[in-house]
Amino acid sequence: MLRVFWCVLTRDLTLALRRRTDVLTTLFFFVIVVSLFPLGVGTERQVLQILGPGVVWVAALLASMLALERLFAADYEDGTLEQMLLTAQPLSLLVLAKITAHWLLTGLPLVLIAPLVGMQYHLSDTAIGVMMLALLLGTPVLSLIGAIGAALTLGLRGGGILLSLLILPLYIPVLVYGAGAIEVSVIDLSDTQPYLGLLGAFLLVALIFAPVASAAALRISVE
Amino acid sequence: MTLNWFKLASPASFYPIAGRLIPAFWILTALLLVVGLYWGFFQTPDQLGGSNPQREYYRIIFIHVPSAWMSMWLYVVMVGWAAIGLVFNTRLSFMMANAVAPTGAIFTFLALWTGAFWGRTSWGTYWDWDPRLTSELVLFFMYIGYMALHSAIDDTRRADRAAALLAIVGLVMVPVIFWSINCPDPTQCAALHQRSGLGRVDGNILFAMLIMTLAFWMHSFATIFMRLRSIILTREADSQWVRELLNPEDRT
Repeated sequence: MLRVFWCVLTRDLTLALRRRTDVLTTLFFFVIVVSLFPLGVGTERQVLQILGPGVVWVAALLASMLALERLFAADYEDGTLEQMLLTAQPLSLLVLAKITAHWLLTGLPLVLIAPLVGMQYHLSDTAIGVMMLALLLGTPVLSLIGAIGAALTLGLRGGGILLSLLILPLYIPVLVYGAGAIEVSVIDLSDTQPYLGLLGAFLLVALIFAPVASAAALRISVE
Repeated sequence: MTLNWFKLASPASFYPIAGRLIPAFWILTALLLVVGLYWGFFQTPDQLGGSNPQREYYRIIFIHVPSAWMSMWLYVVMVGWAAIGLVFNTRLSFMMANAVAPTGAIFTFLALWTGAFWGRTSWGTYWDWDPRLTSELVLFFMYIGYMALHSAIDDTRRADRAAALLAIVGLVMVPVIFWSINCPDPTQCAALHQRSGLGRVDGNILFAMLIMTLAFWMHSFATIFMRLRSIILTREADSQWVRELLNPEDRT
């Protein structure tokens, strides 16, 4: 079982690293969106400190959502996905491997670039630390939930816009608690614990249910 | 007489039954609306609360609360039919889920709309990012997402099943709305949506509210059955019984 997981994971990573621009596009989209806000709302230090956490999370949401379309599309077009559906291995495991690869390519870079973005918004060092931790817990949830939507909208015309309509409402809890953790960290660091705890809980629940739901959605879409 | 429930699961046999039930539900809706509105307007106190009372405008509660309840209940109903459809592969269940969605979306919108007007008169704002308001808005998006996904897929079978799965995933929102309160103890703080129990509401107000809920429920039955009948006709357009129904003189 683990070997299958590993095999799909390395395959997806290898494929993505052969076309590195796709990975970098998501990352730069995130950076550009975050950089646009100060130009729009003014560059006052205090305004930026208040806006920072929310803007970073909304940008992360959008970046992860835009990257979702590619999660199954290429495999769907060249027929690999059908072969995956036909294998004796549990489909949810294969899906989980694909989601993990997707997160490593789109979620993790966002976590790693977060300090740089935090500095643009004059966030304190503790706030940046909490932001990285919250993103580390939250972005996998985004990939997991998003996979359901990506599977449902597979091969549809106007899939991208539709995907945002389906998935963004489900992203809201992650946004609320992710941004909330950073906001309360400015007041008292110990207050962040329940927020991070809830994000962790979301991650665990999504980790259990999302691969199963995505697998079911794939079977519906490809049959 | 034993009733064969499985016979009702066939669109062809449910179509005439729904047609006969629709007038009954409309009559019930009208009766309950008259009773509920009369009771709400004339048998309830003119104002609520002590130092800073809610005046006549609190009567919007008789639309606001029933529609909020119906918005959540109809989502559960929709998910129920969607799940039955996925499990038993029955055509009528999916059509039912499809017929419920627009009515549910309208009630959700109504709850938000009336809430905005109530909020404007009593708190001076149309909108506040209160947890329940926000989660009700998310429920509205869930209904829209369900309908959008269904209409985006041309293949009916895939559309039914994909939208059903989406609805089931979205079910997590319903308990969130139900228990989203930002003030656990009304004696300690004030908020837009406080914790409350049906026992704490004045008897006359509760009566009017429950009658209005029943009225909305009957209205949902009536509109959903009407929509269901047109969905049945559209989807079964190629079948023999629909052709016979539409052109009786063709029958040979």
